Amino acid sequence: MGSSMLLGNEVDFYIHSYYEFQFAGQTLSINTSMVTTVVITVILMGLILFARHHVLKAYRTGEMNGVSNAVEMIVEMLDGMVYSNMGKYAPKYLNYIESLMAFILLSNISGLFGLRPPTADFGNTLALGLITFVLIEYAWFKSRGLGILKDLLEPFPLFLPVNLISEIATPISLSLRLFGNVLAGTIMLGLWYGLLPWFLKIGLPAFLHIYLDIFSGAIQTFVFGMLTMTFIKDKWGD
Amino acid sequence: MSQITNEGLVLAFSAIGAGLAVIAGIGPGIGQGIAAAYGASAVGRNPGARGDIMSTMLLGQAVAETTGLYGLVVAMILMFANPLVGKL
Repeated sequence: MGSSMLLGNEVDFYIHSYYEFQFAGQTLSINTSMVTTVVITVILMGLILFARHHVLKAYRTGEMNGVSNAVEMIVEMLDGMVYSNMGKYAPKYLNYIESLMAFILLSNISGLFGLRPPTADFGNTLALGLITFVLIEYAWFKSRGLGILKDLLEPFPLFLPVNLISEIATPISLSLRLFGNVLAGTIMLGLWYGLLPWFLKIGLPAFLHIYLDIFSGAIQTFVFGMLTMTFIKDKWGD
Repeated sequence: MSQITNEGLVLAFSAIGAGLAVIAGIGPGIGQGIAAAYGASAVGRNPGARGDIMSTMLLGQAVAETTGLYGLVVAMILMFANPLVGKL
């Protein structure tokens, strides 16, 4: 629409639809984010099976190998992070938070490999935010029971709308933060590759990739995981 | 001089609006700078707690960044998914 008027046809960071079909009166499409999500999930599964194979081999033979050492180090680091933040509630959420972070990290750095990061699509990050939202509300309900109705009226009943909005804003701000950061990186690189003369596209984008894909992607992964843990822990209380 | 079309007018003002929206980046920039300054002085006073200070600082900065990102998202909507053009 307005986009191709403002920028040339060389700039490409949009979501394309590959295949459109009708479903219940709506036009739906298989688009870039879906394809890259599937690709990343498959790569993640492959990595997991690879790690599993090596860890099982180390377990059977009794001698450690490089891969199982590395996997153990990573898992211990992540476990330590979750435990230091959530204390006794950590075992419940370890699996969710670690797989969430693995998925987000791999998605964020997928820009390095020429994919359009799936986290640069609000649909995807909103889904992640909503899963976290459900976990937060579940923890709240589980720890307080129907007392959440009283909590909503704190400190006095006039605050009900404010409290409701702050509950609903949690997943939105979580997902918008991730989406905005990754989209900003994607657009920067798209503009760099699309608009500049060819000699600037050799070597120089590597620095942009380091900052926008790796550094920013890792920070956002960490932040998403940390905030998920903090919010859930808050609702459990002590 | 050629006539300015309605769509051209809307697109032009949308571009100006997008530019104004990303001024929201000033606030988070100052806020993150302050957080980094206090983080640095905290590390100077207590180098042993470097890891904890780093993670707390990054978390605070990421939360402070949210308001700037709202501005960015508004700018992106105005530039690439303009809802105003459809209203003509």
